[in-house]
Amino acid sequence: MNTVFYTTIGYILLAPFVGGLLMGLDRIVTARMQSRVGPPVLQPFYDVFKLFGKDKLTVNQFHNYYLVCFFIFILVSGSMFFAGNDLLMVIFAFIVADVLLILAAYSTNSPYSSIGAERELLQMLSAEPMILLSAVGLYMVTGSFKVSAIVSCEKPLIVYLPGVFLGLTYVLTIKLRKSPFDLSTSHHAHQELVKGITTEFAGPALAVIEIVHWYETILLLGMIYLFFAFNPVLGVVVVVFVYFLEVLVDNTNARIKWELMLKSAWMVTIIVGGGNLFVLYYVLRL
Amino acid sequence: MSFIKKSPWMFHYDGSSCNGCDIEVLACLMPMYDIERFGVINTGNPKHSDILLITGSINRQNEDVVKTLYGQMGNPKVVIAIGTCAASGGIFAECYNILGGVNTTIPVDLYVPGCAARPEAIIDGVIQALDILEEKQKQRKKGKVTK
Ligand code: SF4
Repeated sequence: MNTVFYTTIGYILLAPFVGGLLMGLDRIVTARMQSRVGPPVLQPFYDVFKLFGKDKLTVNQFHNYYLVCFFIFILVSGSMFFAGNDLLMVIFAFIVADVLLILAAYSTNSPYSSIGAERELLQMLSAEPMILLSAVGLYMVTGSFKVSAIVSCEKPLIVYLPGVFLGLTYVLTIKLRKSPFDLSTSHHAHQELVKGITTEFAGPALAVIEIVHWYETILLLGMIYLFFAFNPVLGVVVVVFVYFLEVLVDNTNARIKWELMLKSAWMVTIIVGGGNLFVLYYVLRL
Repeated sequence: MSFIKKSPWMFHYDGSSCNGCDIEVLACLMPMYDIERFGVINTGNPKHSDILLITGSINRQNEDVVKTLYGQMGNPKVVIAIGTCAASGGIFAECYNILGGVNTTIPVDLYVPGCAARPEAIIDGVIQALDILEEKQKQRKKGKVTK
C-alpha cells in the first residue's frame, strides 16, 4: 500500500518536471535541426507560468469543467500506471481523458476547435487499436495485465514482441501529436487550423493542457519502457532514443491527410502488431 | 521577475501592407535571426498571444477584423505597429479606402519605423515591448485596468 502511495505521489510531482525538461530539450534539438539556436531549456516552464498569469477567457460554463476532468483522468491514468496497476485500466482512463478534451473543444462551437476535435477523434481511432494490442501482447508473454508483474518479468519482452514494439512506436507519433500526424493541433506554426483543438483555450486553461501534455508524454514513454524492463539502463537509453527519433521524424515530415494516417496506422497495427501476436499464439504457442 | 518577459507569444496580422514588412516579420523567425531565442512563438492565434504585430495600414474592410482580434487577446497585451504604413498609412495614406495607421483603430504601444522595417529593428521592438508587457502585468496585479 505504501509503495503505491509513494509512486503515485512521485509520479504526480515528478512527471511535470521531467516532462517539461524533455519538452525544453525537444525544442532545442528541433531548433538545432533547423540550424537555429532555440529557446532556453526551461522555456516550457516559463510558458506555463506566464499562461497562469494571463486573463481567463472561458467560452462557456462547461469548458473549464471538462478541462479539470481531463486533467484528473490523466493523473489517474498515469498514477495507476506507475503504481503498477492494470494496464487495461490505464489505457481506458487515458482514452476517457482524451474524450473529455474533445468534449471541451466541441463545447466551444468554434469551427477551428470543432475540426480539431474531429481530427483528434480520428487520431484516437488510428492509435488506440495498436495500444490495446500492445496490452494484449504484453499479457500473452507475461501472463498478466498488471504493470508491476510486467516490469518484474524476467523475460526480455522485446525479443518476444518486436512487432508490437514497432507498432507502438509508430502510433506514439500520433499520440504525441507530432508531424506527420499533428492533425488536431501542433506545437509548430502550421496555421491552416489556427491551433486546432486548443484554439479556444487561453491563459490558465492552455497552461493546464500543456502540463497534461507533459504527464501524457511521460506515461507513453513509460509504456515504451515496459518492453525493456528486464534491463533498466537499456530501457532508459531506448526511451531517450525513441523520443529523439520522434523529434527527427517531426522535423523531416510534412503533415499528412487523415485518410493516410488511418490507413497506415491500421496497416501497421494489423501487419506488424497482429503478425507478432499471430506468431506468439500459433508458432510459439504461448 | 515576471514570466511574461520570458515567454512573449506573438501573432502577426497583415493590414494593407505591400508584403514588404510581412516578409521581414517572417524573417525574424528564420534561422538567421531566430526570435525563438527569446521564447517568442508565432502562434497565429489571438487567444494565445501577448504581442500583436500589425504590418500595413488599416482600411475600411479590415477595421472590424483588427478590433475583433485585439478584443480576443487576453490581458496583458501589447500592440506593435511595424513599418511606416502601420504608423501613419505610409504611401497608401492617400488612398480612398485607407483610414490611416493602426492607432486609428486600436491603441498602439510601440512603433517600429522603416519601409520596410529591418528584422533587427523588429526584434528590437519586440524586446522593448517586453518592458511594457511587464509594466502592464504589474498594473493588472494591482487591480488597475489597463488597455
Ligand atoms: S512600410 Fe513600406 S514595406 Fe512596409 S508595408 Fe508599408 S510600403 Fe510595404
